[in-house]
Amino acid sequence: MLKPAELLKNTLGLLKTPGNIITAVILLCGAVATVVRFGWGIGAVTNLDDYYPWGLWIGFDLLCGVALAAGGFTLAAGYYIFGFTNLRAMWRPALTTAFFGYAFVIADLLYDVGQPWRLPYPVFVSQGTTSLLFAVGVCEFFYLCVMALLWFVIPCEWLGWKKLRAMLVKITLPLAALGIILSTMHQASLGGLYVMVPSKMHPLWYSSWLPVYFFVSSLYAGLSMVIFEGTLAHAGLHKYMDENHVKSFDGVSLCLGRGAALIMMGYFVIKIGGLTLDNGWRNIFSGYGLLWLLEMALVLVPAFMFAVGVRERRYGLIRAAAGLSVLGVMLNRMDVCLVAYNYNLPTHLKYFPSVGEITLSLFMLVGLVTVYRFVCAKMPVLRDHPDYKPEA
Amino acid sequence: MRKQGRIAMRRRQFLKILGLGGVAGVTLPGAAGAARFTHDGSPDAVGVLHDSVRCIGCRKCEEGCQKVNADMLPPLEKPAEDVSVFEQTRRPTFKAYTVVNRYAPQGHAPVFRKLQCNHCQEPACASACFVKALVKTEAGPVVYNPKLCVGCRYCMMACPFYVPAYDYHNAWNPLVYKCTMCAPRLKQGLRPGCVEACPKEALVFGKRSELLRLARQRILDNPGMYEDHIYGEHEMGGTNWLYLSPVPHAELGQPEVPDVAAPELTRGMLGSLAVIAGVWPVILGGAYSMSKHYKKLVEEARRKGAQQPEGQCAASDDHKAPCGSSDKGQGGGQC
Repeated sequence: MLKPAELLKNTLGLLKTPGNIITAVILLCGAVATVVRFGWGIGAVTNLDDYYPWGLWIGFDLLCGVALAAGGFTLAAGYYIFGFTNLRAMWRPALTTAFFGYAFVIADLLYDVGQPWRLPYPVFVSQGTTSLLFAVGVCEFFYLCVMALLWFVIPCEWLGWKKLRAMLVKITLPLAALGIILSTMHQASLGGLYVMVPSKMHPLWYSSWLPVYFFVSSLYAGLSMVIFEGTLAHAGLHKYMDENHVKSFDGVSLCLGRGAALIMMGYFVIKIGGLTLDNGWRNIFSGYGLLWLLEMALVLVPAFMFAVGVRERRYGLIRAAAGLSVLGVMLNRMDVCLVAYNYNLPTHLKYFPSVGEITLSLFMLVGLVTVYRFVCAKMPVLRDHPDYKPEA
Repeated sequence: MRKQGRIAMRRRQFLKILGLGGVAGVTLPGAAGAARFTHDGSPDAVGVLHDSVRCIGCRKCEEGCQKVNADMLPPLEKPAEDVSVFEQTRRPTFKAYTVVNRYAPQGHAPVFRKLQCNHCQEPACASACFVKALVKTEAGPVVYNPKLCVGCRYCMMACPFYVPAYDYHNAWNPLVYKCTMCAPRLKQGLRPGCVEACPKEALVFGKRSELLRLARQRILDNPGMYEDHIYGEHEMGGTNWLYLSPVPHAELGQPEVPDVAAPELTRGMLGSLAVIAGVWPVILGGAYSMSKHYKKLVEEARRKGAQQPEGQCAASDDHKAPCGSSDKGQGGGQC
């Protein structure tokens, strides 16, 4: 055991690299903002008001977070249901991201809702079944439970809990199927939340098809995120990977890139068709129109980059495409939540996130990355545990 | 009315697609007929008619509201006599359930309008609330239960009239605030505080059906004085508060909203959730059993010594088939 003085010295010793210093500063600011939030209320840290009840925390942390965590269920479908055994190496990192991504969404909601201690109410106390938010809440709750069980195989291997692991592995397949169903429902329902406000949303974004848009874009967001994150992991977490993982990454990114290219083309067609059906093209010649076109460019360009990258085996191009499409999905979610919503309010009533909100969003992001790095360092995520043969 | 045309169009399309892939259309009763499900309210439901032709902007209603809700609301920031409040366009907040604004329509003397919860017949807020903290009562008022509220503020997102407000600076018991139509007073046989305080009968309390008749009568009896439109008769499926105005309602800051009730907008999506839950397991189960069977066949063939494509799907991979061909369910080798 270390003595407290030594522990302090070691901890301070970590603050030598710029990355660690930035991390420490963000964590410190986040801690301060947390105290202010719970001591003085939501209004003390956010710019939210009666016109904008949902701000950056919902737009970025929740909508973007949930969309980008979709790699969990898409890979579950590919690996467990459709039997693409070549995806094996990326299943665990995708699951880890999805699980902790959702856990951090819940953590974020604890800050965002007024009475966080009542967060279980929709599931256990009073069920507002007419609400799509109820569908979102219940599906996310059960999905988090499902992912916790799926993911717990990893710490079981790490800790050597063989019996528990064997039990969990037995129920993996039904859990994976359940996870896919729950994901489909709540990804779509998240878009459905905005179906109720036709008069408050810009017509370029409002559509009764929003649930479909959200679900389909979450599919390619998930696939792109697995590639994007794998790229980052290869840069930063290389030492925790085994040979098999390192070798298979390029192959996996070919498969996922091809899938993403196809889904993105489909998404593009759906969006164009949707806008045409809603007779929305006359809104295109405006600032909002430009933004909408930028969004569409961030679908079409990476889609072609994926397609060309896969055909010509240009892995750099595939990775760049993954980064771009992740950016595109994030832009779309922020647009829906913060730009298209309340588009008709006068400028002086519009919302811009406060320093406190941005700080806490960064805090959550850094927290997520830190937990992810810890898990990858300690547990068999990017490598196989020597005691267990590959499941497939 | 291009905008209204657009919205009506959306509703038709919406009923046609009814959620994902149109599958829902088969399973949801009544979907095929594209019938409207608008609820005409309970026959005895009450409401209030606000007549901007009669309103003189005295703000006695604000005072009356505060008086009867003194347990929830602080005293008015500026007394009713202070007309400087009209320099700004205000909205209901957690400090005031109702406010009166002054509008200056072109070519017309200033017009006053009272803002508060419209108590929709099919409220977006109640439909949006995921814990049933907001409920539409048979009598008419939309009431709020502060003991259930989680503070997600989806009601505020959903309300097309920008009514519910929140006290963001309360750390331990932040709540949603909105007009209650004085539901507790109605139970005692009293009228809402604001109506009681109005000296000009610009506010009339009564059964919604009778208020509609009265409003039509006023329009008919005073040719040229009223805009021929009762705001709230059809807006968002109809509201229990109704408005008369000498100028188009949009000029009094009334939001342009569709005639369709909020729950009807989400009905299809809610129905298709059940479809997803029913259809996905079947599709996933089928896909799983096919891929499992295929894997078995590949294994058997391999054991018999048949040639199977094998090898890593890595950069060094030299077989020409694009990697995506594994999408077709090549369960065996690695891509």
